[in-house]
Amino acid sequence: MLKVDQIDVYYGNIQALKGVSLEVHEGEIVTLIGANGAGKSTLLKTLSGLLKPKKGTIQYLENSIAGKPAQSIVKAGISHVPEGRRVFANMTVEENLQLGAYLRKDSQGVKQDFERVYELFPRLLERKKQLSGTLSGGEQQMLAMGRAIMAKPKLLLLDEPSMGLAPLMVKTIFSIIEEINRAGTTILLVEQNAHMALSVANRAYVIETGSVVASGPAAELQASEQIKEAYLGGL
Amino acid sequence: MEWIQQLINGISLGSIYALIALGYTMVYGIIKLINFAHGDVFMIGAFVGFYAIAGWGLGFFPALLLAMAVCAVFGVLIERIAYKRLRNATRIAALITAIGVSLLIEYGFIYVRGAQAAAYPDVLANKNYDLFGIQVSSQSLLILVVSIVLMIILHFVVHRTKIGKAMRAVSHDMEAAQLMGINVNTTISATFAIGSALAGAAGVFFGVYYTKIEPLMGVIPGVKAFVAAVLGGIGIIPGAMVGGLVLGVVETIVSALGFSQWRDAAAFIILILILLFRPSGIFGKNAREKV
Repeated sequence: MLKVDQIDVYYGNIQALKGVSLEVHEGEIVTLIGANGAGKSTLLKTLSGLLKPKKGTIQYLENSIAGKPAQSIVKAGISHVPEGRRVFANMTVEENLQLGAYLRKDSQGVKQDFERVYELFPRLLERKKQLSGTLSGGEQQMLAMGRAIMAKPKLLLLDEPSMGLAPLMVKTIFSIIEEINRAGTTILLVEQNAHMALSVANRAYVIETGSVVASGPAAELQASEQIKEAYLGGL
Repeated sequence: MEWIQQLINGISLGSIYALIALGYTMVYGIIKLINFAHGDVFMIGAFVGFYAIAGWGLGFFPALLLAMAVCAVFGVLIERIAYKRLRNATRIAALITAIGVSLLIEYGFIYVRGAQAAAYPDVLANKNYDLFGIQVSSQSLLILVVSIVLMIILHFVVHRTKIGKAMRAVSHDMEAAQLMGINVNTTISATFAIGSALAGAAGVFFGVYYTKIEPLMGVIPGVKAFVAAVLGGIGIIPGAMVGGLVLGVVETIVSALGFSQWRDAAAFIILILILLFRPSGIFGKNAREKV
């Protein structure tokens, strides 16, 4: 479904990704783990069109999307839930969800997806008319995910959904991620919480200072001594 | 009774300031730029109205609509030509460019047309109405009503329409807005178009109300509208409306008290006071840097 081949991405003169390659197949949950500053968010931003790769190709459903503007990538079916949620704090929960469906013309389908999002996240229904800036961190994460689902993505990019959340909320969020995946959306998940990420993913990539250093089935990586040492706190 | 009359005059003047201030605040809200050329868009609006009425014999409302349309296009062109390429530049570079654009419009216009003033045609028969002993001129009443209608339309556009929601989203978080599929360039253009159209309307009102227009007429009302926007809280739409009205009323009161020489100074005293004591404005929250 998605095939990233040898991409280089720069912030000004600083190279953030060096020859990164990665593949996501339809129906999978693929996770990308690595330390702070390894380039995980940079990769997602490049996929969603916020950054342009200097080199390399990105194939999505037979089309090249490298360097395409963000709106055409959303239209093609890739939604990105950014790190730190980035909900529109000055707007209500409902308005945030409407913005998620910004490019859609099928009002009937949008209506159905509103129901679907409220079903996945009943909390959001309760807080529909509330300004999203007044929500708790976990609720904002739900809103950011709901907002992305409103675009009806085929591929969902999630950047650090567990960041700053209480352990119980992390569990809830991850079980919803699995639910979204079971309903047919492919997921690329970036996480620092490698333990949680590996437990839900089919496959995983480990990224270190801008390069992929390991990859394979999630269960295999979870068992590897080296990964345990570096990312799972030696557990 | 005389006070109420003055108050109504003040509100009419204030609604002109408010219309200009809206453009300042909307543009600031979305690209964090004080568009100093905005006062000159107001001037262009006044002249388009002038030529439409005096030259083509249009009535008040067609002239108003024409001035708004021309200013909308003009505002979009300014953004596309001058500001767009500076979107990732330092803010001071954009600010200096805005001042340059302002001077270019003023003196370019003088070069083409000449600097002499023009007398606005008497397009609205001015009658004085007696409302419970208060003398109200039909002109100030009309200006007030049309301004309020424009502000209600603006409120509707910003809160209920898709482009309005896009504008609020871009102004809150440009990157996140892009992730929704919002076209940032289109949204910024729409903001300039709406803000400039309102300034164009204000230009026509100004011409009708004060009857004299000239190519540098945008400078002082432009700066005062900027004060009004800061007073209300820059970037906040209701703030610009209230700031404009407050400023208009204060100026009229200062004149009515016999200090008409000090009228312009009043606006700047307000600016200094607001910057000293409440820099975020009436409606602004104190911006704390997030860590």
